[in-house]
Amino acid sequence: MENIKMNKDVVAPAANQEGIWDNLKKKMPKDMGIFLVMIGIALVFEVLGWVFRGQTFLMNPGRLVLIVLQVAIIGIIAVGVTQVIITTGIDLSSGSLVALTAVVAASLAQTADSISPMYPALVDLPAIVPILAGIGVGLLCGVINGYLITKTGIPPFIATLGMMVSARGLAQYYTQGNPISFLSDGFTAIGSGSMPVVIFLVVAVIFHIALKHTRYGKYVYAIGGNMTSARVSGINVDKYLVIVYSIAGALSGLAGIVMAARVSSGQSSMGMAYELDAIAAAVIGGTSLMGGVGRITGCVIGAIILGLMKSGFTFIGVDTYMQDIIKGGIIVGAVVIDMRRNRAKR
Amino acid sequence: MYPYVLEAEGISKGFPGVKALDNVTLKIRPGSVHALMGENGAGKSTLMKCLIGIYTPDTGTIKVKGKEMSFCDTMDALHSGISMIHQELNLVPYMTVAENIWLGREPMKGLFVDHDILYRKTDQLLRQLNIKVKPDEMVGELSIGTQQMIEIAKAVSYDADVVIMDEPTSALTEGEVFHLFRIINDLKEQGKSIVYISHKMDEIFEITDEISIFRDGTYVGSDKTEHFDRQTLITRMVGRELTQMFPKFNDNIGEEVLRIDNLSRVGKFHDVSFSLKRGEILGVAGLVGAGRSEVMESLFGVHPADSGSIVLEGQQVTIGSPAQAIDLGLAFLTEDRKKSGLFLVLSVLENMSIVKMPKYIDNRGFVKHSDMAKDCLEQIRKLNIKTPTMDQIINNLSGGNQQKVLIARWLLAQPKILILDEPTRGIDVGAKAEIYKLISELANRGVAIIMVSSELPEILGMSDRVMVMHEGHITGILDKADATQEKILELASE
Repeated sequence: MENIKMNKDVVAPAANQEGIWDNLKKKMPKDMGIFLVMIGIALVFEVLGWVFRGQTFLMNPGRLVLIVLQVAIIGIIAVGVTQVIITTGIDLSSGSLVALTAVVAASLAQTADSISPMYPALVDLPAIVPILAGIGVGLLCGVINGYLITKTGIPPFIATLGMMVSARGLAQYYTQGNPISFLSDGFTAIGSGSMPVVIFLVVAVIFHIALKHTRYGKYVYAIGGNMTSARVSGINVDKYLVIVYSIAGALSGLAGIVMAARVSSGQSSMGMAYELDAIAAAVIGGTSLMGGVGRITGCVIGAIILGLMKSGFTFIGVDTYMQDIIKGGIIVGAVVIDMRRNRAKR
Repeated sequence: MYPYVLEAEGISKGFPGVKALDNVTLKIRPGSVHALMGENGAGKSTLMKCLIGIYTPDTGTIKVKGKEMSFCDTMDALHSGISMIHQELNLVPYMTVAENIWLGREPMKGLFVDHDILYRKTDQLLRQLNIKVKPDEMVGELSIGTQQMIEIAKAVSYDADVVIMDEPTSALTEGEVFHLFRIINDLKEQGKSIVYISHKMDEIFEITDEISIFRDGTYVGSDKTEHFDRQTLITRMVGRELTQMFPKFNDNIGEEVLRIDNLSRVGKFHDVSFSLKRGEILGVAGLVGAGRSEVMESLFGVHPADSGSIVLEGQQVTIGSPAQAIDLGLAFLTEDRKKSGLFLVLSVLENMSIVKMPKYIDNRGFVKHSDMAKDCLEQIRKLNIKTPTMDQIINNLSGGNQQKVLIARWLLAQPKILILDEPTRGIDVGAKAEIYKLISELANRGVAIIMVSSELPEILGMSDRVMVMHEGHITGILDKADATQEKILELASE
């Protein structure tokens, strides 16, 4: 009762009472805060670069591409995971799907001069076959995730945890633990140079538009905002949830083939713990685990921040174990700040 | 001795931007039943929360038995002898009656709960209050009314001097209400005081000794109950004559649009049959748990019925999902705004446009934002929704304005049949009157309306016919001319 009255009076005059800074803040894009954090981190490394290494960190175009390149694969996954998290779900299976799709795609991308090809009858296939196979396997696993969650009612955490374990096992069973190498040039082309960055950005743009300007996007936010209300508003919630998990699966598949192409090999140990980096990128980028809130632009910035940190720490010579310790702290810190910001709004 | 067991004076409590309580006074005599009256939003609940330590008042003093107190939390208040029965049930369904009553203060034997003493004490308490439940029954398996009685037993078990009861009878049958009144009288004889909050006039005049009235966060006055009659009490509560709340009626009721026959859902409602005409407002009355909302949910396809038929404009239809219901021209404003209506983190625009979304898609698959914004602005203007912009996050709006946004959401779908479940719950008087006006206008334009409500004045003031439900059955359908408060209450609790 009281907050009703409280708000009634707050809302109207609030617009006038706000300072210039608040007005400015309103006009800025929603991701400006995290964008400034990204710039800040980059500048810190620039300074540290001069202090420790006596050279520039940022003014090296090669390194800038490298920063994004390092996170392009994580970023592709994170675009799917962001959508899942917006619906209040979670996807733990993406890292394992990277491995599974990478080995499946690699097994269909081998050349005739492979020493022991998996399918001697199926060598030198056009690149489109392994690409579609990889994405297809990812999509199929995503569909299974979606149906498990909507038809049995088990929590997304459990459904995708099961998929995570099974998909990894399947990848190992499929390869018997051996790497699959000698991949065709046509296939490895999608992982060479800065192609992964291009693919990441194209995927990001497509889903940014889908979330902002299509019915699919509106319904995804509504489902995450309040699943019951969405259902009563006539939205086929189950259908859209299956679509969201399918997209996440397909994007993991895309990440898997890019990865296999990049290293010219499919291995069942690929993509270990990538799901966690993808979730971290989404969350650092402002996606709320409570659902209903999140943007692809934020997720891209989140992924770049992860890349910046990795590249920056390596550049100034922090050892890799130390890097993980700091990364953990930064992920938790980002969410703490995000929760405070949300609480201040209420 | 002290003249008052509880004395709150000059209590003010502000929240950012508003004063919820402004210099309010409440004095409770020992051994009396004191009614608190006022419309929703009058500040009754805020005052009670100050008295039991949930809120700290900004100014003012609270004296218990003549001694000034300041409570940090509800435990403080309980120790000083003030306990409260909340409007919502606060019981743990998976625990036994005994465990619930003594939750947080279980008798201990070393490190372990002493179950012997726990059940013996509970048995004693239930016997004393004449509540016929076994201490080891699971609370979740009891009826809502019995659960409410357990709440009451729990409040009594604190041996408090003042027991605050916030709408204690909303879920009780007539027999249980009678039982509660006996308990209240017993407590009174033991010298305890009761603060009694209820919207039910009959109860107020039957059980209370004194009445304090609140309006818009201010204290209007107190007097002995016998000095009031119904009309003066209402006038002082509302600050104006209530008759003007409800606009004039539609005499232009058309042909039948909906006919429900023997609709049943196992365990929820049975053999529900009624009809609805174009331009008609059908009020649906009954106690909480009578199955009213459940019928509406089945009609709208949220939880489809097990058997029975729905005939819409002469066509037999099956409604298996809300999407189907919407396609057939139905709209459903749900009972619980926050739980099944609003998208709290989304904007006014997004909240309003969600049902009509398929119509906003152009042939390339993109959302036509300009059409959406145009509709939204028009509704904001027509319904007088107070929001700085349509991009405002809806959580920042008042309850009344949130409700109007939800109504606008359904109006955009241009329904033939509009189902309103508690359309004015928890919103202030001004917004209420506007919503009543809107409902009448819609009926005038030929929309058939079903209005489920627990507020009898609203049912009596708005409905062309009143359907009353009790424990999953329709117990009567009254024409406007025959519908009186007494008749409805009788049918609702028979």
